[in-house]
Amino acid sequence: MSANIPDQTGGPRESISRQPTFIEKHSNTVFGWATYLFAWLTVLLVLYIVCVIGIQAAPAIRDYGWGFITGTTWDVNAHQYGVLPEIWGTMYSSLLALVIGALFGVAVAIFLSEHFLSSFVFSVGKLFGVQFHPLWAKLPDNFERILKNLIELLAAIPSVVYGLWGIFFVIPLIRPVCDWLNSNLGWIPIFNTTLSGPGMLPASIVLAIMILPTVSAISLNALLAVPPKLREASYGLGATQWETILAILVPTASKGIFGAIILAFGRALGETMALAMLVGNANVISWSLFSPANTLAALLANNFPEAGPKEVGVLMFAALILLGITLFVNMVGAFILQKASEPQEGVR
Amino acid sequence: MAQTAKELSSAPKAGNGNRNTNEVVIDCNISELYYGKFKAVRDTRIPIERNKITAFIGPSGCGKSTVLRCLNRMNDLVRGFRFEGHVHFQGKDIYHHSVDPVAVRRYIGMVFQQPNPFAMTIYRNVAFGLKLNGYEGNREERVEQALRDAALWDEVKDKLHTSALSLSGGQQQRLCIARAIATRPEVLLMDEPCSALDPIATRRIEELMLELKDSYTIAIVTHNLQQAQRAADKTGFLYVDTTQGGRTGYLVEYGVTKQVFEDPKEKHTQDYIHGRFS
Ligand SMILES: Nc1ncnc2c1ncn2[C@@H]1O[C@H](COP(=O)(O)OP(=O)(O)O)[C@@H](O)[C@H]1O
Ligand SMILES: [Mg+2]
Repeated sequence: MSANIPDQTGGPRESISRQPTFIEKHSNTVFGWATYLFAWLTVLLVLYIVCVIGIQAAPAIRDYGWGFITGTTWDVNAHQYGVLPEIWGTMYSSLLALVIGALFGVAVAIFLSEHFLSSFVFSVGKLFGVQFHPLWAKLPDNFERILKNLIELLAAIPSVVYGLWGIFFVIPLIRPVCDWLNSNLGWIPIFNTTLSGPGMLPASIVLAIMILPTVSAISLNALLAVPPKLREASYGLGATQWETILAILVPTASKGIFGAIILAFGRALGETMALAMLVGNANVISWSLFSPANTLAALLANNFPEAGPKEVGVLMFAALILLGITLFVNMVGAFILQKASEPQEGVR
Repeated sequence: MAQTAKELSSAPKAGNGNRNTNEVVIDCNISELYYGKFKAVRDTRIPIERNKITAFIGPSGCGKSTVLRCLNRMNDLVRGFRFEGHVHFQGKDIYHHSVDPVAVRRYIGMVFQQPNPFAMTIYRNVAFGLKLNGYEGNREERVEQALRDAALWDEVKDKLHTSALSLSGGQQQRLCIARAIATRPEVLLMDEPCSALDPIATRRIEELMLELKDSYTIAIVTHNLQQAQRAADKTGFLYVDTTQGGRTGYLVEYGVTKQVFEDPKEKHTQDYIHGRFS
């Protein structure tokens, strides 16, 4: 190599190109292997956790088998264990929270990504012929940034604080509405019990707020990643802002939004403390939003402290089921995401 | 709003036989145009004539795109955009407060520098405008016609329902043209439509423009002088004025393409056309 380059001695114009050194070459390889190693360590860690729980749960699996999943009573004295109500409660509360949280989260993401606030301020300004001084023209933008950070801050609030807030604020707040719905629309299954305090609805509302930052932050990034030229194309064809959002932006960002929702669902399934405080801890399978219920995570949190040696195995079985559900949801999510991201060759 | 829209389209359609040769479809008169505090364009008056191709040429940054985007109110999307003057489309001021910018863009279509098909099938891309306008008739027929007009039909007729992103750059740009003309707008604005394309795709688009000008009025921005010479009937040369401290673009010369290129009146135009500056 260097032989072909005209020999120049010294001076700023001398070529400084050279072969990569031994260390440069091999640190590259080492770095590659290190990333491999850590990636596989994570996989091993998951497998290890599953194994430990599985081993501890083994006696309970042998004793109770399928009956554990289909059983509906939890009686420590009679040694009767079944977690169907908890599975039901886990899925019901998570799905409910997901519907509420995803709607609000995506709405917030659209609000922020489309700069609704600033455009509103600016169009009002334009209406009154206000000139925008550089000093405060950035104010709406800054306000939007603050709003975004505040929403992300929701994720930093401890679960137990959410639980307390739910007990002292959400339940009293929604109780009159729930009572009204129950007495007037009680014939609809989802309203057919009264809210006696903790229950499915307050738990789901709080859970929805807890997963909102996940949904909105990831959806916002997905929406901001939509190439600006697609917006231009849509507006250029004479689409309104809403037509552009619904027909172009959201579908183009749908992969990211869907990923956000799956991630949030995984969080909701495993959320423990707030639910243990708000869901009522009653082994009930009911469609009613106002009925107390229970979830797998809350069951574990409530029963571990006083569990005898035999009960620990049973609880480990329940933990294994929870783990199975979350892994399954995440895998289905990943699979659908992958399907969605494939180039749509030959599909309608 | 509906009334406005009706007024926007009230003039007789082209191609009905009575072709009025020098009829001005868009009368653009910009006295001052600002992006925030920045004065981007001044003193630019360009009449866009029916069934002609009008080209905007000039060094980059002189405001060609800005002027073009003024003609269908795309600049309204830019925050801080402000403009003094008027743009009349078929005699109606499109910047009048009663006019909806969305309606303007439905009558004055646009093709952009970068091909920008949506991440959906070829068919749905072309049908997008039909859907926006609530077209109830035979959509398949319209889509086919638009693709034929854009000289793309033969290449895509067997894969209408595959993703538009699987097409090549030149095909994507013709798809964008098809998408823009599917609703048969009055005017087609093209902002350097060939700058991302290879020479063969460029020639195809040029041929296409010459075919399209029978039924549409076309305004095109190009940095390719040969392209302007080959395709345009009228040419406007914009140049950027740095004497007053800023970088404000303005129209130096406008006229029949042949005259602008062979016998330019202004010194700046001569210099530019003979490549004495860029
Ligand atoms: N959205 C915008 N905001 C602020 N300034 C802009 C915007 N678009 C263009 N400009 C400025 O306006 C001037 C003209 O730009 P443009 O019309 O894109 O030039 P051309 O298309 O001739 O290359 C440039 O100085 C550019 O920096
Ligand atoms: Mg440009």
